[in-house]
Amino acid sequence: MRTKDFFYEELEEQGVSRRDFLKFCTMVTAAMGLGPSLAPKVAEALVAQNRPPVVWLAFSECTGCAESLLRTSYPWIDQLVLDIISLDYHETIMAAAGTQAEDALAATVKKHEGKFICIVDGAIPMADGGAWGMVGGKPMLEIAKEVCPKALANICIGTCSSFGGVAHAAPNPSGAVSLEEALGDALKTPVVKIPGCPPNPINLVGTVVNFLLFGKLPELDSLKRPLFAYGQTVHDQCPRRSHFENGEFVESFDSDEARQGYCLYNMGCKGPETYNNCPSVRFNDRQSWPVQAGHPCIGCSEPDFWDKMSPFYKSL
Amino acid sequence: MTQRVVIDPITRIEGHLRIEVEVANGKVKNAWSSSTLFRGLELILQGRDPRDAWLFTQRACGVCTYVHGLASVRCVDDAVKVTIPPNARLIRNLLLGSQFLHDHIVHFYHLHALDWVDIVSALKADVKKTADIANKTSQAPNSGVSDFAAVQGRLKKFVDSGQLGIFSNGYWGHPAYKLPPEVNLLAAAHYLQALRQQARTAQLHAIFGGKNPHVQSLVVGGVTCATDLNAARIAEFKYLWEETKQFIDNVYLPDVVAVAGFYKDWAKIGGTTNFLTYGDFPQSDKEPESLFFPRGAVFKRAVNQIQDVDISQISEHVKHSWYEGDGALPPSKGETKPKYEKLNVETRYSWMKAPRYKDEPMEVGPLARVLIAYGKGHEATKKSVDGLLKALGAPVDALFSTLGRTAARALETKIIADAMEGWIGELVENLKKGDSKIYQTYEMPESGAGAGLNDVPRGALGHWIDIKDKKIANYQLVVPSTWNLGPRCGKDKLSPVEEALIGTPVADPKRPLEVLRTVHSFDPCIACGVHVIDPQTNEVYKFKVL
Repeated sequence: MRTKDFFYEELEEQGVSRRDFLKFCTMVTAAMGLGPSLAPKVAEALVAQNRPPVVWLAFSECTGCAESLLRTSYPWIDQLVLDIISLDYHETIMAAAGTQAEDALAATVKKHEGKFICIVDGAIPMADGGAWGMVGGKPMLEIAKEVCPKALANICIGTCSSFGGVAHAAPNPSGAVSLEEALGDALKTPVVKIPGCPPNPINLVGTVVNFLLFGKLPELDSLKRPLFAYGQTVHDQCPRRSHFENGEFVESFDSDEARQGYCLYNMGCKGPETYNNCPSVRFNDRQSWPVQAGHPCIGCSEPDFWDKMSPFYKSL
Repeated sequence: MTQRVVIDPITRIEGHLRIEVEVANGKVKNAWSSSTLFRGLELILQGRDPRDAWLFTQRACGVCTYVHGLASVRCVDDAVKVTIPPNARLIRNLLLGSQFLHDHIVHFYHLHALDWVDIVSALKADVKKTADIANKTSQAPNSGVSDFAAVQGRLKKFVDSGQLGIFSNGYWGHPAYKLPPEVNLLAAAHYLQALRQQARTAQLHAIFGGKNPHVQSLVVGGVTCATDLNAARIAEFKYLWEETKQFIDNVYLPDVVAVAGFYKDWAKIGGTTNFLTYGDFPQSDKEPESLFFPRGAVFKRAVNQIQDVDISQISEHVKHSWYEGDGALPPSKGETKPKYEKLNVETRYSWMKAPRYKDEPMEVGPLARVLIAYGKGHEATKKSVDGLLKALGAPVDALFSTLGRTAARALETKIIADAMEGWIGELVENLKKGDSKIYQTYEMPESGAGAGLNDVPRGALGHWIDIKDKKIANYQLVVPSTWNLGPRCGKDKLSPVEEALIGTPVADPKRPLEVLRTVHSFDPCIACGVHVIDPQTNEVYKFKVL
């Protein structure tokens, strides 16, 4: 076991101060809804000697969820993949291609059966026996059947693998469905859903850290979303909430009300029916989130939001 | 002896791509490009509110995360006949510029560099020599002996852990890797640095767009970021833009020159023939006259004869794609009727259609933009191109190659970064004058049609909409990667990537590193793997590396 001091020395060699690292741990701890006293434990969990093996399967997706992971800043992505987890398969950033890439996946699944974390991005097309989505000449459905039941747990990243997403929107030309619907009873392993289009990477990091820290997955809501991230509506955490209470609404994007940051309810905001922590954690190192940019929430972490929340500019 | 090599999945790209090549006497003789995922966005859009289209089309791609949103609002702006206010145009340009800076940095370092850079070799580098090389080629900070020693130590520890993660099964030690260990270490250090820089650069999108990926501040008629048009936010934007520009000037461009110097033979490999660009970054509401990057077409490499673009000459062929029929239709009349059959490169082998201009395959993207701007005498482009060619001691013809494509991408990154300063200044001037308008109201017509022509990191992008009863009756996207990476057309002419691959050397068919170089130089937005098939027995060899 590496010692804590040794770990900090190494971090400092990489240009990360102990203070920065603890700041990161505090951020993650807070995002997970844990008390600040647990921050040192989070730090310890990240010093584990063997990095847990993780594979990332990309199915009917747009790579937005993978890109979102690259935007993590607590920790930075290089720290995540070099120091915290062992990302053994990820088509967007892995060096290997073709057969060598497939071999890397097969090796991890075999060596760490029942112990690796499987992250699934994208829906699974079921049309023509799954032939509308192929990787390495195999239908995505077949790959999911081979890999997911052998994982310790499956994390559905994004609304597509969680609920079907954009490909599943009516009329669903490719017969795209969520991981759970595609595999049914064959998927015997636990599932956590981190929906969003794409989700905030801190919610994925928080879920992984929860696992490293407590050896189990976080507490979930009835849709299997972690409560630390999806426990409250966007509306309940919205900094514009007082304008809603005062009846101060934006009626046009070209108006003083829009410039004053009034409530976007009448412009179609779906915040009241959307469970997510966007207003409190914000995106891209806390830079902003859609409502701050003056655009209504589109409800992107809710099941079937492409059909149920649209037309997007029509109020609830 | 002739061998078939199949790479599926092609990794370090967006999406799902399969490349098959026929190799004879150590060179590629024939090539086929297949896209292996169909989602049917165009079908999903039918019957919906035209104002919602951009949110759907944006999900065409999370890497080019902004561009399909932009293309869509522009095509609906055109259909509802609204002219957006100057500030909305500037913010859309700044967001598109930010997309280029982010996208090209990630492409060079994280999607393309490992085709040229052997990470394992970096462990053998003399760190003092690496620091000398770095200091000779650039002004970049963090380039001391101790900096490179720290990176080398970190990589060594990582390799010694036995858990190679994202670096597992790379083609390490392949004879086509030509960089000395010291340059490999330099590039590896910058690979890691760029992983952080790209997350910083993406914050440019968050400032005026709410988040990245999938910016959420566009609307038909303008943009929505009204409360972000203040001094503090603009200063933050400018600070992050300056930081990114420093990275481009001091790290990205010097690295491209340093790496290219060891791969000059790749200036003769991977070229194509015809080029097309729609142009982008409107400087006023006049198009195409005011476009910063000009619109134009080049046939047979005649860069001194840039032709105007006639959109009515674009058609999409489906003879070799998994759709009904075998004809060709203009995008505004386009149909999407999927009909999957088993992949067969002799008949139908891709979910992509094959777009053609005047019946010819056209390369789109950074090289097309740079060649056409160069041919039109675009000052910043001319200066950049001539400077690079001089540094490498290469003729203009060297641009028609894999190396030329990769270099053009780096050059335009700098050209756009420099131009963004002017757009920030214009925005500030408007606000100073009290003009904070970013949205123009409009009426949704009962029926109408519109087109949105754009030039985005991967090339010419067009969206077409047809509105009936205030709903989407038809929607078609013709995207850069279908131009570059589609299949053969109705006349059996090869797509640009298929043409570019012919003649590519393949030292070891079981480890087709050289094929990846040319495929990745197009920055495919689609993913792939390699199997070797013997045409006599049709047997797919599974091979192991290292």
